Amino acid sequence: MIRVVLPAHLRTLAKTGREVTLEVEGRVTQRSVLDALEARYPMLRGTVRDHATRKRRPLVRFFACEQDLSHESPDAPLPDAVATGAEPYLIVGAIAGG
Amino acid sequence: MSKVRVLAGTRKGAFVLASDGKRDRWDVSGPHFAGWEIYHVKGSPAEPNRLYASQSSSWFGQQIQRSDDGGKTWEPVGNQFTYAGATGTHQWYDGTQHPWEFKRVWHLEPSLTDPETVYAGVEDAALFRSADGGKTWEELPGLRGHGSGPDWMPGAGGMCLHTILLDPSDAKRMYIAISAAGVFRSDDGAKTWRPANRGLRSEQMPNPTGEVGHCVHRIAMHPSKPRTLFMQKHWDVMRSDDGADSWHEVSGNLPTDFGFVVDVHAHEPQTIYVIPIKSDSEHYPPDGKLRVYRSRTGGNEWEALTKGLPQRDCYVNVLRDAMAVDSLDACGLYFGTTGGQVYASADAGDTWAPIVRDLPAVLSVEVQTLG
Repeated sequence: MIRVVLPAHLRTLAKTGREVTLEVEGRVTQRSVLDALEARYPMLRGTVRDHATRKRRPLVRFFACEQDLSHESPDAPLPDAVATGAEPYLIVGAIAGG
Repeated sequence: MSKVRVLAGTRKGAFVLASDGKRDRWDVSGPHFAGWEIYHVKGSPAEPNRLYASQSSSWFGQQIQRSDDGGKTWEPVGNQFTYAGATGTHQWYDGTQHPWEFKRVWHLEPSLTDPETVYAGVEDAALFRSADGGKTWEELPGLRGHGSGPDWMPGAGGMCLHTILLDPSDAKRMYIAISAAGVFRSDDGAKTWRPANRGLRSEQMPNPTGEVGHCVHRIAMHPSKPRTLFMQKHWDVMRSDDGADSWHEVSGNLPTDFGFVVDVHAHEPQTIYVIPIKSDSEHYPPDGKLRVYRSRTGGNEWEALTKGLPQRDCYVNVLRDAMAVDSLDACGLYFGTTGGQVYASADAGDTWAPIVRDLPAVLSVEVQTLG
């Protein structure tokens, strides 16, 4: 079971709490986690990754285990602690005022 | 008894303001989509409880929300806006070419007859349509296919298609306006378009009378006189009596002819309203006085409407989609400010009172006359 922490705006959009849990089949990568997230919550398509390019939106970042994974390959395996559910995968809106 | 429902989009959510026909007591619901920018909310003329809302965020992109119960509950529908074919380039602020990039939906215009059909004006400027209640969207490529795109440029707010007018007398005729490209008209159901800017003069352009490139802020029509159009341009209030084939200036005695909104009285096609703003470098009313100006002659002769509006120390702006009229008798007017007030007049502008004073900055105001 993978734990994913959503930013506030996406929680209200998906009508869910701070943290969601997902089943991910096969290798646990950023791509497979985000694919599972979008399959479970279709309204989040286009909010984290661009619809067409599937790339991270510019003002979104990905953290886990106190590391910034935003610029890692989407197909690189996530840390074991994320894959086992011990630590969450965090989707974070970049800090900005307003 | 008739009711009115005012739909306000703000920087931090949407609000629904409801009243009976007296329009003196209001119920306020919201914020809906708290924290998100709501550029526009508009109801279907064919099914008034069907509302569409444009919800966006620089972080998380575009959403379209739909309500089928007059704004009590909402569901997200389709949010994929993909330009048709090659995206091409437009002018950037410095005159260089810049690729077209989707940023947000500025304006939603539901069909006059079919609640499932709705048009979307987007930034970077293009026209989209959904025929399934907002689930899927397709670009109507004839507009950008006109070929003048490399001469379109963004205004300060971005290169937005912000106005969509559907001619109630001819289902195939539409007008749209883009900042800063100008007005375009289609006579064949949005398949092909031609610029409709003859008579406009804009000093921000190398050729001030060019075919495209004008920063048109808003256009409006009365449904009984669809060939007569009114325009608030960046500078200049303009009028056309030939379906935008040509325009002439009707700024007359306005204190300044810069502004964003223009609208038409529901029952008097020659009675029009603007809210003068000091200048493009000072986006607030002249002299700190918030005044709506009314012309009962379709322009040129204007009177200031001030009763109930702040007449000192007022430095708000009124953005282009933030004025609307209801169709009650007497005609009601509504506008929202960047200071978070929504003002209403139940007597065609003679007197005003705020419905709410402290919303987030208001981006858009629409009104529905019900029952």
